[in-house]
Amino acid sequence: MKPITELIKDLADLHGRDRHSLLPILQGVVEQEKYLSEYSMIEIARELDLPATEVFGTATFYSFLEYKKMGRYIIRICKTITCSMKGEKQILLAIEDMLKIKVGETTPDGSFSLLQTNCLGFCHKAPAMLINNDVFTELTPEKVREILSEYLNRKNEGGQNVN
Amino acid sequence: MSTNYQLKRADFIFKDENDWEEVLKNNINRPPNELINELISSELKGRGGAGFPTGLKWKISAEEVNDVKYVICNADEGEPGTFKDREILSKVPFKVLTAIAICGHVIGAKIGFIYLRGEYFFLQTELNKAINEFEYYCREIKFDFSIKIFMGSGAYICGEETALFESMEGKRGEPRNKPPFPSAFGYMGKPTVINNVETLAHTYTIFKYGSKRFYDLGVQYSRGSKLFSVSGDTPKPGIYELELGMSLADFVDEFGDDDTKAVQVGGASGFLVPRKRFNETNIGFQGKLVGISLPTGGSMMLFNSSRSMFNVLDNYLNFFAEESCGQCTPCRVGCQQLLRGIKAVKRGEKNAQYLDKMLKLAETMQFTAKCGLGQSVANSFSSIVENFREEMIY
Repeated sequence: MKPITELIKDLADLHGRDRHSLLPILQGVVEQEKYLSEYSMIEIARELDLPATEVFGTATFYSFLEYKKMGRYIIRICKTITCSMKGEKQILLAIEDMLKIKVGETTPDGSFSLLQTNCLGFCHKAPAMLINNDVFTELTPEKVREILSEYLNRKNEGGQNVN
Repeated sequence: MSTNYQLKRADFIFKDENDWEEVLKNNINRPPNELINELISSELKGRGGAGFPTGLKWKISAEEVNDVKYVICNADEGEPGTFKDREILSKVPFKVLTAIAICGHVIGAKIGFIYLRGEYFFLQTELNKAINEFEYYCREIKFDFSIKIFMGSGAYICGEETALFESMEGKRGEPRNKPPFPSAFGYMGKPTVINNVETLAHTYTIFKYGSKRFYDLGVQYSRGSKLFSVSGDTPKPGIYELELGMSLADFVDEFGDDDTKAVQVGGASGFLVPRKRFNETNIGFQGKLVGISLPTGGSMMLFNSSRSMFNVLDNYLNFFAEESCGQCTPCRVGCQQLLRGIKAVKRGEKNAQYLDKMLKLAETMQFTAKCGLGQSVANSFSSIVENFREEMIY
């Protein structure tokens, strides 16, 4: 993991320092940090010579650019119509039960955050969820417990980030 | 149910054709006017849902005088119940890339973008590989064109073309006022052609086989084939390419579970059609003389009699309330009020007549909201409340 200021500088070198480079830079920070801290938004503003409010205003518009501290694995469960019809609630309960957190919370060790999201585009394989950038479909409570166990094992084996 | 019009399957989009190099080379050597006329005579209309004639769109941008122009492939597929564009990009990416480049040749653009929704991040690696191979070939044949992926970050509204430009320019994805239209003033204020993934894939078919092959499919005003994303209460969910113009009754015969109560045509922003209207409803663009024609970006969600239409509407309104960009008052406040209103009626805090007030509010949103999102909330709201009023109250 790069220190945040260095990361921002590298991202700006890569994408440029124009306004239209802002989103890729924000995404790059979220990719590593999982969220945008106030500090990183101010640093991005400094690097791009923009008012920090502009950076904050833009970042907070997008649901995948979190601005609260998140866990290393962000679980996003689709709650839109087809997934909701096909048992999204049971999936949610299974995860809440396993990780002992509610929607919007992060496990105390900082490894998992649980969120709901709008249509993921897997309605034909509902219910679906994302863990970071990986998609899991046709979920059942059993299947989701298996998936999470795998992530938990990975975490215990030294925390290699799968993405 | 009527069976005189059988569902007509088509197989163009996913047909395995390893000839994109040839199609590209042949077509960038044709004069732009000829290509535009080919598109116009095919009568291809935009497959994202709005149905603007594609040939006309290209023609307008081609006529703009500007050194810098852009082609953008809209892959911000966010409409609930739609998942065809992802399948196109993962199965036949070269068709889309070729179409983007041919469009570049037609309008005089050197750069193309694919705006890919954040949820599809996992497609990026493979797609970039395809782009590298594609650009390598372009250099080989001395055709100056490059394509870049721009990632979205989870905002439904960015599928609206002007919101998408704003997003690419590093701003909040808030739709602009139209006019000016993208063909004259798009990304970075330059003339821009922005097409849905599927629309571009169809242009590949048209440029390869000629417009007649495409025009011969479908019915008057709704030519060609279309991908349908089928989900909900159906034994065979998935993606199907069908000729336009079928009746909803035939569609339900094929995809229903013998207990279909209603079909949502066109996603949450589309219309809910109850069983009694299956026969008179056709899938295609407006303009047919008989019956109702419903356009769709391809989202077809089936509901059987076990489903509560209140829950369906509640889900849609939650979706809209969250995804509204908040810029204009009719949409921002309207979505929230409709959501609160149906809950209040359900709980008995408001009487049934309150539903009529809300229908008026939805109509007002249709006329006063700035963009398609706010304007189309009324589609599903009104069609559900009018057809399943008792389910809203009890």
